[in-house]
Amino acid sequence: MPVTLSHYLAVSAMLFVIGVAGVLLRRNLLVVLMSIELMLNAANLAFVTFSRAMGGMDGQIIALFVMTIAAAEVAVGLAIVLVVFRVRESTNIDKINLMKW
Amino acid sequence: MLEYAWLILAFPLAGVAGNVFLGGKLGRRFVSLLSCGAVALSFVSSVAVLSAILALEPASRHFERHIFTWFLSGSFRVEGTILVDPLSVLMTLVVSGVAFLIHVYSTGYMAGDSGYRRYFVYLNLFTFSMLALVLAGNFLLLYIGWEAVGLCSYLLIGFWFRKKSAADAGRKAFIVNRIGDFGFAIGILLIFKTFGTLDFSGVFTSAAKLFPEGAPVITAITLLLFMGATGKSAQIPLYTWLPDAMEGPTPVSALIHAATMVTAGVYMVARTSSLFLLSPISMGVVAAIGIATAIYAASIGLVQNDIKRILAYSTISQLGYMFLACGVGAFATGIFHLMTHAFFKALMFLVAGAVIHALSGEQDIRHMGGLRRKLPVLYWTFMAAALAIAGVFPFAGFFSKDEILWEALRFRGPVVWALGAAGALMTSFYIFRLVFLVFHGTPRHDKHVHAPSLSIQAPLVCLALLSAVGGLVGAPLLFGRHLVREFLNPVFQTSIAGQVAEHPAFIGNQTVVYEVAMALVSLSIAGLGIVLAYRFYLASPEVPLRMRERFGRLYSLLVNKYYVDEMYGAVFVRPTTKLASVLWRFFDSLVIDGAVNGSAYAVEAGGRVLRRIQTGALQSYALSMALGAVAILAFWLLR
Repeated sequence: MPVTLSHYLAVSAMLFVIGVAGVLLRRNLLVVLMSIELMLNAANLAFVTFSRAMGGMDGQIIALFVMTIAAAEVAVGLAIVLVVFRVRESTNIDKINLMKW
Repeated sequence: MLEYAWLILAFPLAGVAGNVFLGGKLGRRFVSLLSCGAVALSFVSSVAVLSAILALEPASRHFERHIFTWFLSGSFRVEGTILVDPLSVLMTLVVSGVAFLIHVYSTGYMAGDSGYRRYFVYLNLFTFSMLALVLAGNFLLLYIGWEAVGLCSYLLIGFWFRKKSAADAGRKAFIVNRIGDFGFAIGILLIFKTFGTLDFSGVFTSAAKLFPEGAPVITAITLLLFMGATGKSAQIPLYTWLPDAMEGPTPVSALIHAATMVTAGVYMVARTSSLFLLSPISMGVVAAIGIATAIYAASIGLVQNDIKRILAYSTISQLGYMFLACGVGAFATGIFHLMTHAFFKALMFLVAGAVIHALSGEQDIRHMGGLRRKLPVLYWTFMAAALAIAGVFPFAGFFSKDEILWEALRFRGPVVWALGAAGALMTSFYIFRLVFLVFHGTPRHDKHVHAPSLSIQAPLVCLALLSAVGGLVGAPLLFGRHLVREFLNPVFQTSIAGQVAEHPAFIGNQTVVYEVAMALVSLSIAGLGIVLAYRFYLASPEVPLRMRERFGRLYSLLVNKYYVDEMYGAVFVRPTTKLASVLWRFFDSLVIDGAVNGSAYAVEAGGRVLRRIQTGALQSYALSMALGAVAILAFWLLR
């Protein structure tokens, strides 16, 4: 069976769903960050796939943008995780719950 | 000068402004000079306007001056116009002249009072309002002046507001007035609905053309207007505020409750004479209430012991005579009596005030006596006023009151005349009872008598002169013609002609002889009253005591003013206050406060439920975001 566009998109979708599951279900803060990265990469895959399928370079350029943004976001996110760890002495996400009613 | 007639109004208003803004800093002398000067200038302007009006032809003495436009809404216009015609000119002269004398008197009377400046602010404001009322050219301005004089009356009656009885009296005056004003306002609304305009010229000229005599809408309008007049001019049933209003300073009683404000009702009826003449029912009501009030109030005045109360009931009674005159169609006569009454009644109140002042606050005539020798100026001026009100020739009241009785006889017959004559007898009696008990006899007090100051005596002498000779302008035999009637008649022109044609003269041809005969009858009635008073109170003082014992029930009925105040209290006042307190406790506390507090509670409860969304757990927020995204996507895909 030849590998078509749909297969790539399916992979991308599966990666995305795994990422969402990770964000919603894992308790370690760092794993949540990694899951967010996974979602971004799934989106990158989709962009590049469409770029290959339609012939233009737009998708790949957007993928570059996404990577830049991901990098910046990880930097800030890890800084926050560091500070939270200093205060809470734990990376358990359930322990960060002060902003509630 | 007619172009500048508005100056009559401007001067007192400037007086108010000057006193309010500068009076505090510039002291009492400034306040006195400004207040009296403002009213004096107003009087001078009135005289100038009078001469300007006299220069015109009698048929064309009608001048309207538009000052400002107030409402302009589609086809509905209300302008601030003043109307200068014989009726309003006569009223402005009376009002500004008497007001000036009372302002001067007040500088002496209120000299020791701490609220001196406030008093003159209110007095000037009152003068302005009353002048605005009589110069108004349409019903709306008339109503505004009407309400404003009511307000000033409230402020001045309750001038010594720390005294509970004074504050209560002011409130009672305002509320009772307001009841009448309710009818008045509805009458004005009805006028607007019927005629489409509130201007006097518009309404009066079209009334006779549009409506036949006896038209129901005109009857309704005039009855409603008269309801307002009964409130303002203290007739049955809305008179109860006037005796209580004696709580105010005596110059206030003289100005407002004798000479000017209470006459506003009579003026209003005279001004709307063309409407009243279209409704025989209303004329009958006016005359009936007038004569009933005249006798009723005179009967109460017979036995009162407070000097100011006697004069208050006398005022109510004399106002009844004015309304009787208007009710039989003799509007000019009613206004003539208004003028003479202003002179002698104001004088009597001012003398009463001076007497009270001289005796350091004593108001009960049973504790006076023998003041004739100690206070001669007061005695002789009061005598002039007493002779005037009793109707003794040639004093002012003789001409006006006799004319009212004559017109009543002519147009309504001997029964009404007899009632009026009975009232005149009572008037003469109670006034001379007052004179004899206060000024004659041996002193029944042991107080030191203070002589009054010049600022108090001078106005008294002026008013006494006016009471003595003021009626001569209405003496037909003296000048060959009746000056006042001639002056005022063009205003009532459609009226008089129609009236004379409608109601056949009761007497036949020998009118002049009959008139002189009736005048002699009036004189003898007045004389009889004086003689009876002399018998009762000077010659044999035990007679009234014996009469009081024999007619005990009647006496207590009269002394307690027929228990009307108590009856009103039980029928109207107490149920209303009870209703108000029930409404407060149940409706206000439970329903309205419940609604307000309840809505606040509902908001708080909603908030308490909704805040549980904020769990603080990061992953629940992430879950809601993901669910939201899925929902939007599903909606978009399945659309």
